[in-house]
Amino acid sequence: MPAQATAQAQAAPSVPPGWEAVIGLEIHVELATESKIYCGCSTRFGAPPNTQVCPVCLGLPGSLPVLNEKAVEYAVRAGLALHCRIAPYAKFDRKNYFYPDLPKAYQISQYDLPLCRDGYLEVEVGGRTRRVGIIRVHLEEETGKLVHSTATIAGSRYSLVDYNRSGVPLIEIVTQPDLRTPEEARLFLEELRSVMQYLGVSDVKMEEGSLRCDANISLRRPGETRLGTKTEVKNINSLRAVERALRYEAYRQAAVLEDGGRIVQETRGWDEASGTTIPMRSKETVQDYRYFPEPDIPPLALDEAYVERVRQSLPELPAARRRRLMEQWQLPAYDAWVICQHPALAGFFEQAASRWKDGKTVSNWVMGEVLRILGASGEEPGVLAGRPEWVEHLVEVLRLVSAGRISANVGKEVLEESFKSGRAPEEIVRARGLEQVGDEAQLLAWVRQAIEANPDAVASYRAGKAQAAGFLVGQVMKLSKGKANPKTVGELMRRELGEPGTSSS
Amino acid sequence: MADPSSLVFASIRELAGLLRRGEVTARELAEAHLRQIERVDPSVGAYLTVVADRALAQAGAADEQLRRLRQEPRSQTASSPSGLQSSAGGPELLLGIPWACKDVLCTAGVRTTCGSKMLEQFVPPYSATAVRRLDERGAVMLGKVNMDEFAMGSSTENSALGVTRNPWDLSRVPGGSSGGSAAAVAAGEAVFSLGSDTGGSVRLPAAYCGVVGLKPTYGSVSRYGLIAFASSLDQVGPLARTVEDAALVYEAIAGHDPLDSTSAPRPPEPVLRTLEEGVKGLRLGLSPDYFGEGLDGEVREAVMGAVRRLEREGAQIVEVRIPHLAYALPVYYIIAPSEASSNLARYDGVRYGLRVPGDDIVQQFSKTRREGFGPEVKRRIMLGTYALSAGYYEAFYLKAQKVRTLIRRDFEAAFARVDALITPVAPTVAFRMGEKVEDPLQMYLTDIYTLSVNLAGLPGVSVPCGFSSQGLPIGLQVIGPAFGEPQILRVARAVEETSGVRGARPRVAVGDAR
Repeated sequence: MPAQATAQAQAAPSVPPGWEAVIGLEIHVELATESKIYCGCSTRFGAPPNTQVCPVCLGLPGSLPVLNEKAVEYAVRAGLALHCRIAPYAKFDRKNYFYPDLPKAYQISQYDLPLCRDGYLEVEVGGRTRRVGIIRVHLEEETGKLVHSTATIAGSRYSLVDYNRSGVPLIEIVTQPDLRTPEEARLFLEELRSVMQYLGVSDVKMEEGSLRCDANISLRRPGETRLGTKTEVKNINSLRAVERALRYEAYRQAAVLEDGGRIVQETRGWDEASGTTIPMRSKETVQDYRYFPEPDIPPLALDEAYVERVRQSLPELPAARRRRLMEQWQLPAYDAWVICQHPALAGFFEQAASRWKDGKTVSNWVMGEVLRILGASGEEPGVLAGRPEWVEHLVEVLRLVSAGRISANVGKEVLEESFKSGRAPEEIVRARGLEQVGDEAQLLAWVRQAIEANPDAVASYRAGKAQAAGFLVGQVMKLSKGKANPKTVGELMRRELGEPGTSSS
Repeated sequence: MADPSSLVFASIRELAGLLRRGEVTARELAEAHLRQIERVDPSVGAYLTVVADRALAQAGAADEQLRRLRQEPRSQTASSPSGLQSSAGGPELLLGIPWACKDVLCTAGVRTTCGSKMLEQFVPPYSATAVRRLDERGAVMLGKVNMDEFAMGSSTENSALGVTRNPWDLSRVPGGSSGGSAAAVAAGEAVFSLGSDTGGSVRLPAAYCGVVGLKPTYGSVSRYGLIAFASSLDQVGPLARTVEDAALVYEAIAGHDPLDSTSAPRPPEPVLRTLEEGVKGLRLGLSPDYFGEGLDGEVREAVMGAVRRLEREGAQIVEVRIPHLAYALPVYYIIAPSEASSNLARYDGVRYGLRVPGDDIVQQFSKTRREGFGPEVKRRIMLGTYALSAGYYEAFYLKAQKVRTLIRRDFEAAFARVDALITPVAPTVAFRMGEKVEDPLQMYLTDIYTLSVNLAGLPGVSVPCGFSSQGLPIGLQVIGPAFGEPQILRVARAVEETSGVRGARPRVAVGDAR
């Protein structure tokens, strides 16, 4: 059944026909503070195990937490960007449970008085704006990380714990169950990730765990208002997986319900390899966390002036920037969406566009070439922020192409090389002799060489296959090492061969 | 060199004078105390760990510093008759003074057991702020002293690691949970000690052992490095032979600590300056709520006798009420175990301390905790876990917090009218070992006069005010408003002065001292 459901889900709409999905997300975002939330230890990712620990983040007897003000500010920034009300009075609570990665056997979190509540985030879905409610944003600490001797805890002879991550600040963002399709859930998460990037509060890397998402999903018949029984899907580790996991779960639930079965409220894990969700634990025995106010941290009173200061420091957020770019540079919505996903990418675009008259051309190059070059070298758009010279390179390439001195294809190559080597495009073109050849005599010589070398193509052209000319032009480009002006070559080629289908001999 | 038996019963000020004048060295002082420990501790049992080498090294460093002090020209300020620079403030007097640390405070490199099998081999990599501050003053730590496991108890009978006896009567308890801290000072095994007070754990053993015990205002002494029992109630406090000594140690350890978020962001109360001002003109409150049923007649008489003497000294006695006092005990026994159940959850055998292996992680957790904790600790963890459980939280924990607020307001109202309150410390004198072990509720009643002070976050001091007919010490408690340490110590000083009990020594401690 699961395999069938998967296959079905790949091809079919993301929610099975005849059903409506109700989806809510719980998102954990690791804050990009220099030090941990309750102590001064570094939060750098990837250090050797247990080298960034102290009595506080190890929960040693007698140690006490001291709240990191930067973490509070980041959480307030996030809350304001999500249109939340910021609590004038917030407190911290202990969430008690036993687990080897949790050194104090409680997590200092926020329960009934979170820092931020009642907000929303708007997402563009198929040209419509959907408003997704945010129930709360609260601040808490990260746990340690278990490293098992084998793949799972159950089969392991031993497990080791790395507490470097223990005490890294987190915000938990809980949405209303306002999302209706797996695609919407992915789009929401993409938008949220952009917002966090714009705010500079997190590097939101799902693969490094700095952005994590659990999803609740239930099905009901369209028009029904009552909620169905939900399952919670955990271990979703990429944006693509959010959509895939929810799509799988929607089809699984529909199959159960259509068979007359009953959905069991449970936690299921997303298994990337098999593309399925697997039961983790039944929710029938609800864990009692025995929340109570954290006596080691006095309640937090944020005055209005503080909140206002943070509000004033908020940058332009992706939605506003998209609107502005569309207006200022006459960009299509899609272009604006792609470019505004990352603040560094948008910044790069704006700098380049302001040095070049035509925004759409810049956008084409940014969406196409710049992203391709970054992708090929495994870089994040964030690196663009530190490379102001790349803006100059792009503008220079545009100038060379537009002046007809190089072809667009050569331009792409030059751009990549200038990014990598740091040399100016003009210099690369000159050094490698890439300047376009417009000299008719030289071009004609190449055209004739191509015709001579490819009698079959010539024959099929004459037999009426016009596209054979394209092949011959391609051969000329090859002979010229890309430097021939393709437009001129095409004209010369037609002149030499005559009209297709007409025999010249 | 001075007479060794007087060395181990002298006050900090007396010893500081001898040290400054070079009449005794810090090393000799440490050695005298180590000998006294060797002599009396087999019967008293105050110490869990004696760190002789470390103490002698600290003493050596103190002697070095004392030598430098003596060489400094005394031109700036005239030397006082005792040979002390008059510029030397109280805490400076701790240089070279031997002390004992309750085993609830972390000491870098010295095992810190909390009186529990769970932490029997635990050596912290860091020191509590209070300990660090004493280190910085050059005080010499002799070792770690016994306590009720995780500071839960009123008799020190709950220690998993040893028995401590009351130096005044070895068949009796020293009180708890800082029983080792009180017994060590009473028996001349340390000049002063640190304890921790969650519901009376400094004041009660001080009363039972005939020494002075100060529980400072919540937040005035850092809790960093104090192994938590109940975080909103715990406070580190000194035990000493005299009120002045207690005040001196308090000044050394109090003050804001950036490592403790609940530490008050204000400079410590200067208490020594006003200590001798007496009680003339002070309004002292007496509340009938503290003198009702259950109070032993001899204790009542001793306390009232002291009150009459204070009145003669010029204090004005005013009747006040603490109407919600009757609820303090049940409220305490909801809040303290609730916080304890959470604070003690970290002892799971994963990172440090005892680990009892099991087939899987859950079994390892539960076996470790089953074998590591004693019955009283388990009882309180169970109580707290229950009180915090979903469905019971509102009825127990939340309700208790509300009543706690009422109790705090009672005190606020009282302190609008008086400068300090005078109460007994405990209903009786030290009881016999084993007498209440089987009856936890009887044991809990021992703290009935002290724990409201912790619920309200107030300062309280226990000072000897007399002896029972059996020769057992009786303590009197002075309670003040938040940060009212100066006035409660002033009152305690006056009690000490007028009671004539200062200088009394338990027989066991002096028996074969020569």
